[in-house]
Amino acid sequence: MRRASSVGVVLFSLAVLLGARPAFAQRFHVQSEAEQGEQLYQANCITCHGLEGDEVSGIDFGKGRYKRATSDDDLMRIIRDGIPGTAMPPNKLSEIQRGNIVAYLRSLTAMEPLTSLPGDAARGQALVEGKGNCLSCHRIQANGSRTGPDLTDVGQFRRRVEIEKAILDPSAEIRPENRSYKVVTRDGTTIVGRLMNHDTLMVLLIDDKQQLRAFNKADLRSYGFVMESPMPSYKGKISNDELADMVRYLASLKGIKPQPAQTP
Amino acid sequence: MKKTLLLALVLAATATVGAQVSYDRLLRADREPQNWLTYSGSYMSQRHSPLTQITPANVKNLELQWVWQARSLERFQATALVVDGIMYTVQAPNDIVALDAVSGKLFWMYSYRPAATARPCCGRVNRGVAILGDTLFMGTIDAHLVAVDAKGGKPIWDVAIAKPESGYAITHAPLVIKDKVVVGVAGGEFGIRGFLAAYDAKTGKEAWRFYTIPGPGEPGNETWGGDSWKRGGGPIWNTGAYDPELNLTYWGTGNPSPDYNGDLRPGDNLYTSSLVAVDADTGKLKWHYQFTPHDEYDFDSTQVPVLADVQWQGRPRKVLFFANRNGFFYALDRATGEFLSGKPFVKVTWATGFDAKGHPIRPKDKFPTPEGVHIDPGNQGGTNWYNPSYSPRTGLFYIPSWVDYDTVYFKRPVEYVEGQSFGGGIPRTTHPPGIATTTNSYQLPSEGHGAIRAMDALTGQKKWDFEMADVTDAGVLTTASDLLFSGGREGYFFALDAKTGALLWKATVGGVIASGPMTYSVNGRQYVAVNAGSALFSFALRQ
Repeated sequence: MRRASSVGVVLFSLAVLLGARPAFAQRFHVQSEAEQGEQLYQANCITCHGLEGDEVSGIDFGKGRYKRATSDDDLMRIIRDGIPGTAMPPNKLSEIQRGNIVAYLRSLTAMEPLTSLPGDAARGQALVEGKGNCLSCHRIQANGSRTGPDLTDVGQFRRRVEIEKAILDPSAEIRPENRSYKVVTRDGTTIVGRLMNHDTLMVLLIDDKQQLRAFNKADLRSYGFVMESPMPSYKGKISNDELADMVRYLASLKGIKPQPAQTP
Repeated sequence: MKKTLLLALVLAATATVGAQVSYDRLLRADREPQNWLTYSGSYMSQRHSPLTQITPANVKNLELQWVWQARSLERFQATALVVDGIMYTVQAPNDIVALDAVSGKLFWMYSYRPAATARPCCGRVNRGVAILGDTLFMGTIDAHLVAVDAKGGKPIWDVAIAKPESGYAITHAPLVIKDKVVVGVAGGEFGIRGFLAAYDAKTGKEAWRFYTIPGPGEPGNETWGGDSWKRGGGPIWNTGAYDPELNLTYWGTGNPSPDYNGDLRPGDNLYTSSLVAVDADTGKLKWHYQFTPHDEYDFDSTQVPVLADVQWQGRPRKVLFFANRNGFFYALDRATGEFLSGKPFVKVTWATGFDAKGHPIRPKDKFPTPEGVHIDPGNQGGTNWYNPSYSPRTGLFYIPSWVDYDTVYFKRPVEYVEGQSFGGGIPRTTHPPGIATTTNSYQLPSEGHGAIRAMDALTGQKKWDFEMADVTDAGVLTTASDLLFSGGREGYFFALDAKTGALLWKATVGGVIASGPMTYSVNGRQYVAVNAGSALFSFALRQ
């Protein structure tokens, strides 16, 4: 799947998005900040604001819509102090952590807005499991393959706009943990798979036959990440309605619910 | 003395060997390669051992001989000394231990309890002891210098040399020169006024003090606007070198304070981020070379100065090699301080080169701003305090390097408050270096990685790299059999061919190596020792 932030440094002006408002005091945000901010957002903010950032009335982070904040400094202060008289509590996060959350919030508005709405989850499931052939690489709960990213809880962590982008343009932005890894052995055999672990001397990956493979780097002709996604683009291969259905279904996948303990 | 505490007992009768380590022995450390008598192995600080029993051909037969487990979970940054079969090292923060270098058995431990006011910026660490006669010397994180009997671990004297509550600390191994113990102070993140000082080895009485920041009326004070010199930083937190013929001792100095906002200290800020050459008897400055004038990147120049006698452009010359955190590899004439060369060993953007006098040429847009500015190398530098090595045999200078990462520097307003962090900015690394965490293990090599980088010392050209997936805090040791030992964050301790960088041997030591390996010999058997995690490992050839 894709990362929420754009690659490299994101420098943009909310004034463009919000028309008449004055240019806000924004600064450089670096990619690692937004990545760390995403984790902090999901740990601290998502319960009220939601994954899409639009669950508090009048606020929509994805569209850059805020009620009380204009500048980064406003956001930093509100995250720290909360808003008295509202459900927004003060937080004991460091300045760096708060800065990372702000970087993440700013990165959200840098993405293209969602084009496919609203969609039907049941039809989407049929597409994912049928015509889309998604499970030949991906896994959802107990079904599918381990060669691609597991989608069992994709809807818990990935916004709809990210899912849509991933379907249409899989290679545009690949999250680091989803980069494919390719090794070429001394005898010329090429193996591409999902990286499980690596260090200075060895590589561990799952190949396209779902076999766990270990290699000494010294025994390889070459090794490294593949920057292209092995996933085909679905652009032009499915209709806009079908795209909306798939996004709706995938966004509904929130993981495996804990089962109540069985009593004898 | 009140604060010192003898905790551990003498487990065996005191050390059996009492040969005194005279100054003459320190001077001629190369004549007794079985011992490791100073932090960097000799006054030249080359970390190059004449021992040759372990060779590229037999290194595959190295086996673990013993492990000594420290009780501290702090990073184990010390380099041990070995004197006639006894190893002396420091368990963080400030416990000296004496071990049997053959078995790892503990002879004694001297435990110093630092004051609660101690506030070292970056870990309660210590990098080792010095020895003269039968006395060991250790700096403490609350800025004391203590002398301890090497035979039984009893304290001899203890002097407070600066105020820990103002941010002063000592983290490096002292350097003994003649009858004095030379030591500097850390605290560049707290707005200290850095200094190097010498103490009488017998009494602890201060013999001289050289402030790395000149006071009013002294040359160099004009490089500080207003009274900014009073809290200008310039710490010293890594061990220097010494040339007995010139009677000069060489030390790298740290960053000016505040680290990232130079508006409060207009000027070049001498002698911060510099190399200072000081008369060992008087503490008078003989010459200096400033690597990073008006440093706003926290580019401490506290790397180890490495001395070498080489044929420089066809004639013999006493040079000083220095692989700097700022990304340049320098050669200076160590008699005069003349700039001989400066070549980037990693990507560098804060400077584009040097003028004829060796001043770095600085792009105007490469200083921190409130909005943020990208600088290469990143905040931890192209290298840092990790010990480099120079082999006179290969002519190569080996640098533990951080490659291909940068930092965005944000300048922030700051006011000086005694004893509090005095940074004036935030450095944010664009890609967090290190694969120690799972998420980071997917980063591309182009997003930052470590390497042992071998440079031709005379030309500054890279000869080879031993690339690592993670960045590294481990020092480098070379031997006269053309072996190179180092490790990294991934828990490997390894040996390379010093000529080619080929991996010859590795062992899993299960923890981060954040210090330099050393080698010694007892009863004709060569050992190689290294810290990893919170333990000390000693290897030797299978018998």
